[in-house]
Amino acid sequence: MPSTVALTVTRYRPEEESEPTFQTYEVPFRKDWVILDALNHVKDNLDGSLSFRWSCRMGVCGSCGMKVNGTPKLTCATFLSDYLPGPIRVEPLDYFPVVRDLVVDLTDFMRNLKQVKPWIIRNEEKPLSEGEYLQTPDQVDTYKQFSMCINCMLCYSACPIYGLEPSFIGPAAIALAQRYNMDSRDQGAAERLKILSEHDGIWQCTFVGECTKVCPKHVDPAGAIQQYKLTAATHWVKALLLPGGTR
Amino acid sequence: MSTEPHYTLYHPRWYRRRVSVWWWLQNRSYTAFVLRELTSVFVAFFAVVYLWQLRALAQGPEAYAQFLARLKTPRFLALDTVAFLFVLFHAITWFNLTPKAMVVRLRGKRVPDWVIVGLNYAAWLVLSGGVAFVLLRDR
Repeated sequence: MPSTVALTVTRYRPEEESEPTFQTYEVPFRKDWVILDALNHVKDNLDGSLSFRWSCRMGVCGSCGMKVNGTPKLTCATFLSDYLPGPIRVEPLDYFPVVRDLVVDLTDFMRNLKQVKPWIIRNEEKPLSEGEYLQTPDQVDTYKQFSMCINCMLCYSACPIYGLEPSFIGPAAIALAQRYNMDSRDQGAAERLKILSEHDGIWQCTFVGECTKVCPKHVDPAGAIQQYKLTAATHWVKALLLPGGTR
Repeated sequence: MSTEPHYTLYHPRWYRRRVSVWWWLQNRSYTAFVLRELTSVFVAFFAVVYLWQLRALAQGPEAYAQFLARLKTPRFLALDTVAFLFVLFHAITWFNLTPKAMVVRLRGKRVPDWVIVGLNYAAWLVLSGGVAFVLLRDR
């Protein structure tokens, strides 16, 4: 077992350089250390200027997504011991603009997420006196998987379509739209259909399937998109064939 | 990957990397995906051969014999083998992906993926068996 391991990290200091470079740090190897621990070791002891984003250290906040040896990973859940003997390459997530070092800008995702209206839409709210909206365990089960998304952006970084067509609203946003579409309390499916079945919605997806593979929460965005393609296509056929449309 | 920077509007110092045209060689699943997309060409190839066969059949026994002779040339056999392998890849990869798009619920519970895939393969076997039966029964 080695006593240290080399960590090769992307550096981008916009005030000094016009494109990213790599810098290698020798960090202690510990069996129980994840990549994020190693990065924090660098920040605290070797080079305070290294910038990266993190918060919870337990796979809930979705802040510490980076590419480790080329694969998008949550660095708080990726152990050094799986990459021995190293060097381990840590890069910012693909397809997002790099602000500094390992920090990327997520404005584009925030806009896409808002577009798909990821909240419960009711035609009419029932009065408080009628009590809460009840659901059976089976009803919860239909959307629960999609509700596990932590917006970590690993799926965007794994999606070559998002890289090639930045207007694509992307895997997580669609999975979250589907999370509300399938919720028995929601009545907003028709509103979401407009944005989801447009060119920049589901039809941009060519089913590469990598989003599902990298998802740390097993959300299966690729599945959500394909299932929605089926829904949208059925809707289109019904609108075409039935005299009253889909009302 | 190209390192030519493509700066973001209003944020000239944010660095955005362009996607290389060779992105699909970066990892094995991207390559498998592009190959799967490519299989559509070979599916179309079999459709064209089939139309060609129908035309030969309509033109009479002589034209049909000529068509069959052409199919047996080594060049065509080689092309046919490659096309067959691609179509096989097409069928298998898409069958394996069906449970992603098809979520069937029976009494509120989701039917497991392997059942959906299995039913696809079973339908494939039954249909192929039927075709083989029709073709081979007079032999």
